[in-house]
Amino acid sequence: MLNPSEPLVSLKNVGLEKSGRWLVRGIDLQVRSGEIVTLIGPNGSGKSTTAKLALGIHQPDEGEARRASGLKVGYVPQKISVDWTLPLTVERFMRLTRRLSSADTKQALAATGIAHLASAEVRNLSGGEFQRAMLARVIAARPDFLVLDEPVQGVDFAGEIALYELITKIRDDLGCGILLISHDLHVVMAATDQVICLNGHVCCKGSPDAVAESAEYRNLFGDRAAASLAIYQHNHDHTHLPDGTVRHADGSVTDHCHADDGHHHDDGEHKDPVSAAVRNRQETDHV
Amino acid sequence: MFDDFFTRAIIAGVGVALVAAPLGCFVVWRRLAYFGDTLSHAALLGVAMAFLLELNVTLSVFIVCGAVALALVFLQRNATLSSDALLGLLAHSSLALGLVALAFMTWIRIDLMGLLFGDILAVSVADISVIYLGGAAVLAVLTLIWNPLFAATVNHEIAEAEGQKPDRTNIIFMLLMATVIAISMKIVGVLLITALLIIPAATARRFARGPEQMAIIAALIGAAAVVGGLFGSLNWDTPSGPSIVVAAMVLFLLSLSPLAGLLLRNRVVLPGEKP
Repeated sequence: MLNPSEPLVSLKNVGLEKSGRWLVRGIDLQVRSGEIVTLIGPNGSGKSTTAKLALGIHQPDEGEARRASGLKVGYVPQKISVDWTLPLTVERFMRLTRRLSSADTKQALAATGIAHLASAEVRNLSGGEFQRAMLARVIAARPDFLVLDEPVQGVDFAGEIALYELITKIRDDLGCGILLISHDLHVVMAATDQVICLNGHVCCKGSPDAVAESAEYRNLFGDRAAASLAIYQHNHDHTHLPDGTVRHADGSVTDHCHADDGHHHDDGEHKDPVSAAVRNRQETDHV
Repeated sequence: MFDDFFTRAIIAGVGVALVAAPLGCFVVWRRLAYFGDTLSHAALLGVAMAFLLELNVTLSVFIVCGAVALALVFLQRNATLSSDALLGLLAHSSLALGLVALAFMTWIRIDLMGLLFGDILAVSVADISVIYLGGAAVLAVLTLIWNPLFAATVNHEIAEAEGQKPDRTNIIFMLLMATVIAISMKIVGVLLITALLIIPAATARRFARGPEQMAIIAALIGAAAVVGGLFGSLNWDTPSGPSIVVAAMVLFLLSLSPLAGLLLRNRVVLPGEKP
């Protein structure tokens, strides 16, 4: 059995190099049972790479990646395409890597709101439906450690809130550790215990502020959404310039980030989390 | 009943089809058609090796195909060429190497047409036992690795993350392919083995609701193609391998015709399914 005092997964100063370029470097990360860790960061900042290092899909070129022995893993990748030549129903997809009782299958499909699609072919599902099917598959297996790479992409806003509520419930019911990658730089799940902001390395870590406490956000998202969303305030001390160099708080510019750098992002981002959040919503919400 | 060459050919051919078709489903799902071609081209080099080193032909073909498959895995990980260029390179160099090596061995007379297109007359009782023993072994291993192999086919990373060891499974699958090519070479010949892998699977796709079902339907269609093709070959005195492939193609065309549509219409259309 898993030892509850040990982290499920821990990355210590982990780096991955590809053709002479460090995709990520100096990543420290731990996920414990019952904990939700959210990774955020701009495109190409190494969120998925970090998740794959945690899963053991990639082996680190430096540092140490450790997983508890006997860890039962569930993985929802960012994007998968199922070849149209594959005759694959949702029900069979659920049993992809593990045997499941039909009760567990039904329950998981019902929980993700796609009970009616059990015998539909996977290739005929819409993006949002497929995302739910992927989530149902990992829930049904009752994992110890769950990695969700942008699990709500393609799901409409109301559905997104429902899925966040579901993810929180999964954590509460199963007591599993969850590593979640968010597509939003500012708005994260309220149940998140720790937010890690990446840009090739860990820029900053912290816990999010509950949206529900701010009247402004309540108006923006609505009451129910406010309960399941939180705002993450980035705390900069350096900036990534477009040419890849980094400007530090003292005005000096260096070629790369330093391991002891605090938080940084592209110039002009995150000055005002509320308007940035609204802008992001408007960009993603034209469903 | 093994006295008659025609009966022997049918028994051998059906055995090959029953094994080739389920593997062929994976070839279709994983888009490995050209990979199958490469291995079967390499089989000719295996034949040349067998004559040169006085080995058993089936064993020698298996060794060469297995080596080419492993070489491909290695090259794909380390080379700068794309997969299809690598496959073309391996396929045609091993075929050419085999043909050149055979031409050098002037002291043996071999039936090149038989190797390229199959020869029913050449099927002996020993061949049949090799096909059935080898085939049973292939199907047994395939059943064992079915779930992890299918998981790796749907998504390699999910399989890897959830402890299915897809790399190991892939290598076993490639060795199974090498085995099937080694045992089916005499029936359809090296140039047409891929057809026996792919066409029945492609035909089965329309009728199958799940992967296991598709494998079984493909096996039955493959067996039907063998029987049909061999009867045609006997009737019209055509070469056995091409006749079997033509029969498989006819079945494929039938599956696209309105006749097959009638068969499918009785099925309940489920939610989310396009009729």
